[in-house]
Amino acid sequence: MPLIPATSEAADAAAGQDYLWTLNFGPQHPATHTTLRIVLKLDGERVVDAVPDIGFLHSGFEKIGEHLDYNQYVTVTDRMNYISPMANNVAWHHAVEKLLGIELTHRCQYIRVIISELARISDHLLSTGAMGLDTGAFTFFLYAFYQRELCYDIFESMCGARFTNSYTRVGGLMHDITPVSIEKIRKFVREFPKTLDEMERLLNRNRIFVDRTKGVGILSKEQAINRSVTGPIARASGVTRDLRKDEPYLKYRDFDFQVCCMKSGDTFARYLVRMAEMRESLKILTQAVENIPAGPVNIAINERASLPDKSQVYQTIEGTITHFELIMTNRGIEVPNEEAYGATETANGELGFYLVGDETRTAYRARCRPPSFIHFALFPYLIKGHTLSDVVAVLGSLNIIAAELDR
Amino acid sequence: MAVDLPENVVISKLDELANWCRKNSLWPMPFATACCGIELMATGASRHDLARFGAEVFRFSPRQCDLMIVAGRVVMKMLPVLQRIWQQMHEPKWCISMGACASTGGVFDTYSVVQGIDRFIPVDMYVPGCPPRPEQLIQAIMDLQDRIQLEGTIRGEEFQLQGRNATKRALVELPILGQAPTWGPRFAEPSSNPK
Amino acid sequence: MPTNPAVIAALEQQFPNAAKSEYRGDTRIVIARESAPAAMRWLKDLQEFDLLIDITCVDYLNYREEKPDRFGLVYLLANTQNNDRLQVRVFLGEVDPRIPSVVPLWEGANWFEREVYDMFGIVFEGHPDLRRILMPEESTAYPLRKDYPLQGRGERHNFPVLTRAKS
Repeated sequence: MPLIPATSEAADAAAGQDYLWTLNFGPQHPATHTTLRIVLKLDGERVVDAVPDIGFLHSGFEKIGEHLDYNQYVTVTDRMNYISPMANNVAWHHAVEKLLGIELTHRCQYIRVIISELARISDHLLSTGAMGLDTGAFTFFLYAFYQRELCYDIFESMCGARFTNSYTRVGGLMHDITPVSIEKIRKFVREFPKTLDEMERLLNRNRIFVDRTKGVGILSKEQAINRSVTGPIARASGVTRDLRKDEPYLKYRDFDFQVCCMKSGDTFARYLVRMAEMRESLKILTQAVENIPAGPVNIAINERASLPDKSQVYQTIEGTITHFELIMTNRGIEVPNEEAYGATETANGELGFYLVGDETRTAYRARCRPPSFIHFALFPYLIKGHTLSDVVAVLGSLNIIAAELDR
Repeated sequence: MAVDLPENVVISKLDELANWCRKNSLWPMPFATACCGIELMATGASRHDLARFGAEVFRFSPRQCDLMIVAGRVVMKMLPVLQRIWQQMHEPKWCISMGACASTGGVFDTYSVVQGIDRFIPVDMYVPGCPPRPEQLIQAIMDLQDRIQLEGTIRGEEFQLQGRNATKRALVELPILGQAPTWGPRFAEPSSNPK
Repeated sequence: MPTNPAVIAALEQQFPNAAKSEYRGDTRIVIARESAPAAMRWLKDLQEFDLLIDITCVDYLNYREEKPDRFGLVYLLANTQNNDRLQVRVFLGEVDPRIPSVVPLWEGANWFEREVYDMFGIVFEGHPDLRRILMPEESTAYPLRKDYPLQGRGERHNFPVLTRAKS
C-alpha cells in the first residue's frame, strides 16, 4: 500500500513546501466511520491538503449483481448502507419494479413508507450519535443507540432480523405486518419525541459542540449542486431537493410533512437538519401507522412476479402456475431487454440503482449510485484551512458509510 | 510472561491467578470494517453491555490491547493493515473473528474479499452470523475466557496447545486458477418469455 | 419523471439524428463520441441540467441485443429547478476507449470517472487525477468487464501467512 498517493507528492516537491508534515488518518481509526484513509498534509495544526484513499472495503457488489437473482440481491443491498438497511431494500426493489413495470398494492406501499421512515430515523440517530461520539459527547451516543435498539425490536418483530433484514421482495414484502409490530411502532412514536427533546437539550446549545461545529466545513449552494451532493448535506446548504416531494414515489403524496433546509451549510447546520428530519419522519410515521389500508400485501398472482401463498398454490390454478413460473430454473420473472434507473430518497441522499435487464432472472448490470461516495469526494474541499480537530467533526457530519462508499 | 522453569515444577495457583486476571480484563481492539462493526458497537452500548465482562475500554491502539475482534469483511487492500496491526499487538493476544465474512468470506465470494482471515492470521474464536447478535458475541467472549482460564500462561502454553497449529482444513487449498469452484451455467434460455 | 416536452423538442432540434427513446418515464438519448463534449456543455449551460446524478458504464459483451459498441457510458443528469431527468449514452469501442472528461462542467464527475476508469478501463482525457480509486494501485485488471471472473484470478489470496510462531 503506497504511503502517499503519487500525484500529491509531486505537487508538494514542486511547491518546495517541506515544512508540511504528513499524517495518515489510516484505515483503522477510532472515528466510527470504518475503513477509510485520509492522508493529511498539515502545517502545524492546519490542514493544507487532504487526499482520500478508499477501497478498503470494496467487495465487488456490482459484480455480484450479475450473478444473483432480483430477490437474492436484496440481501446484498442490505450490506451497503448498513445503518439503514430497510431503505436500501426499498430502493433496490423500487428500481426493479420500475424496470419490470409493476404497480404495488396500497398496503405494501404504506408499509414500505413506514419502514423507510424508520430506517431514516435509525440512520440519523447513528450519524448524529457518531458525530457526538467523535466530538466527545459519549452520553448522546448511548441515548441514540438505545433508541436504535427500539427500532431494532420493531424490525425484529416484522421479519426476524435486527438489521440486515431483506424484507422486500419483487412485487411485495417477505410477509405481512402483524398487529404486534404496529403496536410497537405506535409505542415508539409516542415515546421517541421525549428522548429526542432530551438529546437536543444535550447538544444544541452546548458551548463546546457549537464552537466545534459552527462555521466548520462550509458548503455553498452552487458548490453543492456542482459536486452532485444530495440529501441532508445539500439541504443544509440551501438546495431544496427532496425526492419524496419532487418525484413522489410510494405513497409520499398522501402525507403531510415538510422538507427541512438550512442556508448556512456548515457542520452544525447538517446536524440540525438531521435532528429536524427525524421529527418530520415521526410525523409521517404517525400518519402512516394509523391509516394502513387493508388488503393483500403482494401483488396479484396473475402478474407472475411474486411468490403466492401455499394455500393459493395448492387450491387455485393461477397460484400453481405462478409458483411454477417463478421457481423452475429455466423460467422466471419476465424481464425486458431494457435499462432503467430508479432512485429513492434515503437518509444519506439519493440512492439509485441503474439496472440493465436481459431476459434472465439476474440483472445484466446492477449499478448502485452511492451517496456516500460523492460526499466523501467533498471532504478535501471542505476541510482546507481547518484544524486537525475539525477533521473528525466534518467527517462525522458527512455520514460516510464505508460499505456504500466502496461497494 | 513465559518463565523458564524445570520440567518437574508446577505452578498451578499462580497460573490460575494470572489467567483469571487476564481473562477478566480483556481489552478489545475493534477492527470493525462493516456491518458487524455496528453490532460490535451495539454490544458495547447500554443494552448488551460488554463492559460487564471486563472489556471496559475499546482501545483503538494495538499497543494497549490484547483481544482483536475482527468484525466485518476484510478486503485484499485491507489485509496488510490487518497483519500489521496484529504484529503490533503485544503478547499474550487473542483474536476473535466475528461474523461470516471474517470467518469464511461470507456472502462475498468475489475477486477482492479474503475468504476467511484465518488464512493469514491465527484465530481463536469464530462467531458465525450475519451479523451475529450481540448475545452471540458475548457468548464467544465468555468461551474465550474459559479457554484462557484453562490454558497456562506463565510458560506460554496457550501457544503450544496440541492441534492449534495443525493445518486447518480450509488452509489447504487448491490453487485458484484452474480449480476454483465455478458458478453453474447461466440459466438456460427462458422458453416462456415471449420475444 | 417524464422530461419536459420543451426540453425534448429542443433536443430533437439540436441532435436530429441521435437515437432518442423513452422507457417507463425516463428519456434516453444516444450521442456519438465526437459530439459528446459539446453536447454535454449545451445540456448544462443552455438546458440547465445542473445536477450530475451519476456516470456509469455497461459492458455489452454478452448482451442479447446487438449494441453499437462494447462499452456504453451513461450519464444521468437532472435539473434542480423543474426536476427533469435525462440519460445520455455514449458508445465506446473496446480497442481504445477514450472520451473527454466532463470534470470542467461538473466537479462531482471527478470520482465517478475515476471509478469508471478503475472498473472498466475507460480513459478520460483531461481528468485532473486519473488513477485507481477502489482497487489497489498496483492491480492491473478491470474487474467489471465481462471477461473478468467473479472470483478473480488469484489476487485475493496472494499474501504472506502469519502464524503464532512468527507474529
